[in-house]
Amino acid sequence: MSDKADLPDLLYSDTERALADSLSSLLADRGSLDKVLARTESAETYDDGLWQTVAGDLGLAGLLIPERDGGAGASYREVCSAAEALGSSVAPVPFLGSAVVATAALLSVASGVPDLLRRMADGSVTATLAVPFAGAPGGPFPASVRVAGPKPGDAQTGIARLRGTVRGVADALPATVLLVPADGVPQALYLVDMSDPGVAKAPVVSLDMTRQLCDLSFDDAPGRLIASGAAASQAVDAALTAGAGVLAAEQVGVAQRCLDMTLAYVKERRQFARPVGSFQALKHRLADVWVAVSQARAASRYAAACLASGDPDAKVAVAIAKAYCSEAAVHAAQECVQLHGGIGFTWEHPAHLYLKRAKADSVGFGTPDAHRAALAPLINLPAS
Amino acid sequence: MLTPEELRERVRAFLTEHDPRELPKQDFLNARFDAGLAWVHYPEGLGGLGLSRSLQQIVDAEFAAVGSPGHDAERNAIGLGMAAPTILAYGTDEQQKRWLRELWTGREIWCQLFSEPGAGSDLAALATRAVRDGDHWVATGQKVWTSLAQVARRGLLLARSDPDVPKHQGLTYFSVDMTDPGVEVRPLRQITGEAEFNEVFLTEVRIPDADRIGPVGEGWKVANATLMSERVNIGASQAAPRESGAIGPVAATWRNRPELRTPGLHDRLLKLWTEAEVARLAAERMRQQLAAGKPGPEGSAAKLVFARLNQEISGFDVELNAGDGLRYDEWTMRRPEHSTFFGRGPGYRYLRARGNSIEGGTSEILRNIIAERVLGLPPEPRVDKDIPWKDLPR
Repeated sequence: MSDKADLPDLLYSDTERALADSLSSLLADRGSLDKVLARTESAETYDDGLWQTVAGDLGLAGLLIPERDGGAGASYREVCSAAEALGSSVAPVPFLGSAVVATAALLSVASGVPDLLRRMADGSVTATLAVPFAGAPGGPFPASVRVAGPKPGDAQTGIARLRGTVRGVADALPATVLLVPADGVPQALYLVDMSDPGVAKAPVVSLDMTRQLCDLSFDDAPGRLIASGAAASQAVDAALTAGAGVLAAEQVGVAQRCLDMTLAYVKERRQFARPVGSFQALKHRLADVWVAVSQARAASRYAAACLASGDPDAKVAVAIAKAYCSEAAVHAAQECVQLHGGIGFTWEHPAHLYLKRAKADSVGFGTPDAHRAALAPLINLPAS
Repeated sequence: MLTPEELRERVRAFLTEHDPRELPKQDFLNARFDAGLAWVHYPEGLGGLGLSRSLQQIVDAEFAAVGSPGHDAERNAIGLGMAAPTILAYGTDEQQKRWLRELWTGREIWCQLFSEPGAGSDLAALATRAVRDGDHWVATGQKVWTSLAQVARRGLLLARSDPDVPKHQGLTYFSVDMTDPGVEVRPLRQITGEAEFNEVFLTEVRIPDADRIGPVGEGWKVANATLMSERVNIGASQAAPRESGAIGPVAATWRNRPELRTPGLHDRLLKLWTEAEVARLAAERMRQQLAAGKPGPEGSAAKLVFARLNQEISGFDVELNAGDGLRYDEWTMRRPEHSTFFGRGPGYRYLRARGNSIEGGTSEILRNIIAERVLGLPPEPRVDKDIPWKDLPR
């Protein structure tokens, strides 16, 4: 194991800062927390209008996509800065599923799918990888969907028939295209059109309705092969690793917002004729939240830098960041509810949106425990 | 202003004329000081060249490359890290000439006489009295937690010169001669069995007014400069390697002794390893912010995290070593001249780590500082702020 004494830049570049700033001001305009809350109880839990704006106008959908394929040719550093800003507003848009996870899978496939990437970059297509949100990188290849027997004519069109279900998929509700890993000989990754009659999606009443999950089922759904064998499992693993790393940045945004919201409240709220923020019992807890957020930011920035440069330490960096930032965000959100007192337990106050997002994110793409277990062999600290 | 290249040339020219293998150590160190190569960010004539602090690493690397004698920086951490910057900021020209060379050339060890049995976290409430007597002051009182007092030539003393004003206003700062007959140093034995620290009893110690640092009644301001420079010292040039610090020996034990591994310990180890690595990344991020000229407030988090992690990791270490964790290397009363948080056995490391959240500002005081200065939370109501020190309840 290298001693990693020569660490990459862990600060924000001017470009990253500018991207996050313009995104934040747009979200403040368009994505007020009242609207986000109202949307969680509506038929359209994802904000398609907002997504079209950030995807197209700000170029968020194509950040990772090379310029020759119509994207911005940016790196995971910019992607993570954007994820922080989106997390800070619990914005109900499929950035993670489409611009990060599906994009990472497609970019990992040698042949690429340039036409699809181009349409994802301009926001006209939204894609997601059909895996459970709770799945961690490094696990076995998903086997809940299988390649079924062909129908007449399939041999000519080169189509495979997929059958099975995937439970609890993130960002599949607004997706128009699915990347479906399917078991067979060999294991492979297929492109499936969401509008095909062989595909059914059932929205899940989710813990976090700002990123509503859905169950997918495939009944002889036609899939176009995009990668098979080792290339397919590499694509899935690259996608889940990217998802976990970017989710860690989102968690930093969630945690920072929870801290800011709580600080503002305890400075205003008076009990016993003093602002409650002057009581040491609260101050110490907030100091601990601030410390955790500062530490989490360093972990997240390291993961972003390693993903951006393809550093050999990237898997270690992502496991560290996801394990640490998950707990920091849940801690910050739980303290946000508690230190708001009664109002923090009400539906009308947005604290619960952050609590639900933080808790769901801590499970998304692998729990802290799963990431620490994945870390063990990488750092030569075996279980037995 | 010298460029880094010109500075390197100057150091090499100096080393050509002053061969460290031929000159006696003290002569060599004196010459280095006079050439302004002791601490390049200090002014010319006081051991420096008025350059940026960051250039010192160039100088140190050149001197180290030819095996030059050191100036005892580790042993004189308080003298160099705290006394010198304070003298530079508040000392008179005469004091700077008299003291800085002795400090840097390792001729004088200094110690710090701040804390008292009745003034720990509430340092400004201290009770050691300094009474004016012509062109002298007479100091009487008791100090505690004084590292190096047994070998120090001089001490930085914070004492109460005026008990009739509120506590922060009546303090004055001195440099005291530790060989004065009124100074008595007694070792303070700690839970590890050794005595890194001392109690210092001052009985009518006579201090020339010429050894007062800063104006009468402004000791609190001068003391804050001393305590601030303690924090600036961290500025390392590169990140510490992965697994440096307390986690290193624990990870090594895990790798070398498979028979000690259990699932429960494995979970805890991975959690601690992750936290230690994140703390290292956060320290590196803070260093990068400083280097970019944008220091953030994260420094105040670093000590808090260090203390907690060091305590948890060393506690884990004792359990991991099981039966061997119950063997202690030795309880003999000793007087080490510097602390080794990571040296000796797991038992020692465990006990020594308990001090990490107390020394240099308790973790509770650090949380207050973060809450009030970084997060802008309102201060606790203070009952002692406007009351003369002598009228405070005690």
